[in-house]
Amino acid sequence: MSALQQYIDLYNEHRADLNGHAPDALNALRPEAFAALQGAVLPKRGTEDYEATDLEAIFAPDYGVNINRVAFSADQAGTFRCDVPNLSTCLYFFNNDIFMPGRTARMNPNNPVVVESFVEAQQRHPQLLKQYLGTLADLSKPEVALNTLLAQDGLLIYIPKGVTAEKTIQVVNIFNASQPLMAMRRVLIVADEDAHVRVLACDHTQISDVQYLNSQVVEIIAKRGATVDYYDLEESTAHTSRVSSIFVDQAEGSNVLVDGITLLNGRTRNDYYVQVNGEHAETHLLGMTIASGTQHVDNHTFLSHNAPRCKSNEMFKYVINDEAVGAFAGKILVKPDCPRVEAYQGNRNICASSTAKMYTKPQLEIYTDDVKCSHGAAVGQLDEEALFYMRTRGISEAEARHLLMQAFVSDVIDGVRLEALKDRLYHLTEKRFSGTLSLCNVCGSAADCSKLDIIK
Amino acid sequence: MNNNNKDEKTLTPQQPDSEQILQSAAQEEYKYGFVTDVDTHVIPKGLNEDVVRLISRLKGEPEWLLEFRLKAYRYWLTLKMPTWGHVTLPEIDYQAISYYAAPKKKEDAPKEIDPEVKKTFDKLGIPLEEQMRLSGMAVDAVMDSVSVRTTYREKLAELGVIFCSISEAVKDYPDLVKKYLGSVVPYTDNFFAALNSAVFSDGSFVYIPKGVRCPMELSTYFRINAAETGQFERTLIVADDDAYVSYLEGCTAPMRDENQLHAAIVEIVVEDRAEVKYSTVQNWYPGDKDGRGGIYNLVTKRGLCRGDHSKLSWTQVETGSAITWKYPSCVLRGDYSTGEFYSVALTRNRQEADTGTKMIHLGKHTSSTIVSKGISAGHSQNSYRGMVKIAPKAVNSRNYTQCDSLLLTPTSGAHTFPVIEVGNDSSVVEHEATTSKINEDQIFYCNQRGISTEDAVGLIVNGYAKEVMSKLPMEFAVEAQKLLSISLEGSVG
Repeated sequence: MSALQQYIDLYNEHRADLNGHAPDALNALRPEAFAALQGAVLPKRGTEDYEATDLEAIFAPDYGVNINRVAFSADQAGTFRCDVPNLSTCLYFFNNDIFMPGRTARMNPNNPVVVESFVEAQQRHPQLLKQYLGTLADLSKPEVALNTLLAQDGLLIYIPKGVTAEKTIQVVNIFNASQPLMAMRRVLIVADEDAHVRVLACDHTQISDVQYLNSQVVEIIAKRGATVDYYDLEESTAHTSRVSSIFVDQAEGSNVLVDGITLLNGRTRNDYYVQVNGEHAETHLLGMTIASGTQHVDNHTFLSHNAPRCKSNEMFKYVINDEAVGAFAGKILVKPDCPRVEAYQGNRNICASSTAKMYTKPQLEIYTDDVKCSHGAAVGQLDEEALFYMRTRGISEAEARHLLMQAFVSDVIDGVRLEALKDRLYHLTEKRFSGTLSLCNVCGSAADCSKLDIIK
Repeated sequence: MNNNNKDEKTLTPQQPDSEQILQSAAQEEYKYGFVTDVDTHVIPKGLNEDVVRLISRLKGEPEWLLEFRLKAYRYWLTLKMPTWGHVTLPEIDYQAISYYAAPKKKEDAPKEIDPEVKKTFDKLGIPLEEQMRLSGMAVDAVMDSVSVRTTYREKLAELGVIFCSISEAVKDYPDLVKKYLGSVVPYTDNFFAALNSAVFSDGSFVYIPKGVRCPMELSTYFRINAAETGQFERTLIVADDDAYVSYLEGCTAPMRDENQLHAAIVEIVVEDRAEVKYSTVQNWYPGDKDGRGGIYNLVTKRGLCRGDHSKLSWTQVETGSAITWKYPSCVLRGDYSTGEFYSVALTRNRQEADTGTKMIHLGKHTSSTIVSKGISAGHSQNSYRGMVKIAPKAVNSRNYTQCDSLLLTPTSGAHTFPVIEVGNDSSVVEHEATTSKINEDQIFYCNQRGISTEDAVGLIVNGYAKEVMSKLPMEFAVEAQKLLSISLEGSVG
């Protein structure tokens, strides 16, 4: 039986339960997702754009799906430590894929910004869900269709016209279950005209020896002149897999930043699909991965410039150690009659051990002449000369390597448009490089983070 | 067009708009489009085992080669035409092609080449006559399916260098051919390689013995003449220990409305400390400005750097063909071996080119350099597709890749599809690519200094391609430069 079939069967069996727990807007998407899955197969290794990652294998284990909405206890006090110091955020928790209401730091109900679970939104803002949910998610991707088929809740973030969400909205996703579980997570962010919002999502796993799979679909709609920052931070465990698809739709003059950071994980596949539909829009896609042990991180981006006079900037950086595998595939498409597009794509990687593997495929597809596009990819090691220079000045080798590693990832971190988060990320990467990340910082997660060999 | 150019126009009204120049760049006629009126022996169209046997019999081949062809043919039957290229290759009817065409020799003078054939090559500027010694190049001329003449053979033989058509090599040096044929590109390699292995006609065979530095450039000139035929040539170059050879390849075809298929294989084996330089100026008929006719150029080229410290360098200037699908590659098996790939691909009108290289690093301390320059004009599509693979055992390997694209018209496309796989921690791989149009500031700068817009475009394009052009041997560099300027001409000088 194919990996997909077991979930399709599950759906057939529990269709009524699913529909009973979920809001109408989600239920309305299911028939189409179901149709899309007929005869679909999950991409295997070697399929175009899946050179390093086997989705079939990721979905193959018999994960449980929490159809009956059983509440597992999540150690929210532990998670709370993951708070970003000096950054006042509105916090929202998802335990597996169940929304945890009743937290203290929610948005003031009088605030025009809407942050609600889909179930809540179905009561209070059904028209928003109906209008936007599922408009971007591409059901021809089996992993997206599967998520749509089984998702029961999610988070809606809506910023009305001209409103700035002053506080950063933080979504904390926690895995905590005694048996293998697949969580169907779903986020919908709509920034109306001239609205501004920052969202920080972080993934944590609290039990280290149970297998989890995070299936995530995020839709981001940025209307004319809107600004959306979406930071996605993963600190999970070696037994946690993640298949995430982020869809972005940008209108005229919008400015979207998506930053995907993987510090600790098992197997991760992140897809970023960005459609730039309006003139003068600006897109920033950033990514950083630090992988050791047998971690597997695959980022795939597709950025389509459908309008003239837009700018985009992509930068993904990887540090790969031990037996870890890193993969990056990125494509920039400039459609015909889209002059004055400036698009840059960069992928820089450090292979720190002889068994580490890096796959990279930066691509450009350009159908307009008046453009400035470039891409660059490099796989290598730390600069020996810089290392030597530092050592002659009395800096120990370990310290020098540490500094150079920090410097290597710094331009991705510097792209973060949130000072407090930037500091926090510097702090986290430093911990990650020195191997002390799991000891104090991560929301009680028992992540097995061995010290990176590179820093001896 | 920006204000600068408008000002420029009012100052010097006789100057054409640079946009127009770029547009007209796409409309130069193809110079080599004539047809030679020569009696040609063409076998009936179609492909089956009997045809394969017939080709083998016509060429008087030994049994083992027929077996090789038949194995390839049977394997080919199991394959489907690949579709992954960024080209719009239509379904090709393989039964509508004749797989063997040979200019008939005049009976009264069997030793001499047909004056018509000679005239053809004279017209193309290929010296076949010995009195053209001054040009200092040994030439193997291949028309349709057969080699018509190889010059300088005797002189080369003194040094032990073998340079002849592959059909002759099969008869005269069967052991060498048997040893190396299919060793780099096996017939199982891909669809077109299997087809070629089954029906290949002629091509060149080069063997440079140990320690010999080939004193002259070796050159093969390919010409498709007959209609409704395909050309399936096969070239095999072997450089033994410490040998050196520089090999050039040129090609043209008549103008016809129908598309003709060219599916060639080039295999190169480079032994210890040997060096091979392989240069191509590809100028098959590209089709007319509406994309009618033209050659489908679907070629498998691969070199194996088998020995330590061996070196293989590919240089190509691609200006012809309706569709080009070609990836000259290097398998760097020997330790400290080096692979190079320098390419200029120019596409105009409705041409489509999908070209690039593969650098497979297997040996330790291997290095490779890729420089690819694409120029797209008219409605053409120009893609770079490449792979750099560093095997876990290829420690301390190095690759540098640069691929730039220049777009001359808003309707053309330029694409880059590189793949990089690195399997160890001591290797360094770099890839850089840029896509842009000719900078208006540069044109303006030239204008300011009294250089007309058309000359400025010429200068910029030439400067852009220079890095690759400088890698070509002298004789070819001139031809290639001319080709590039002809192609860009219209009114560009």
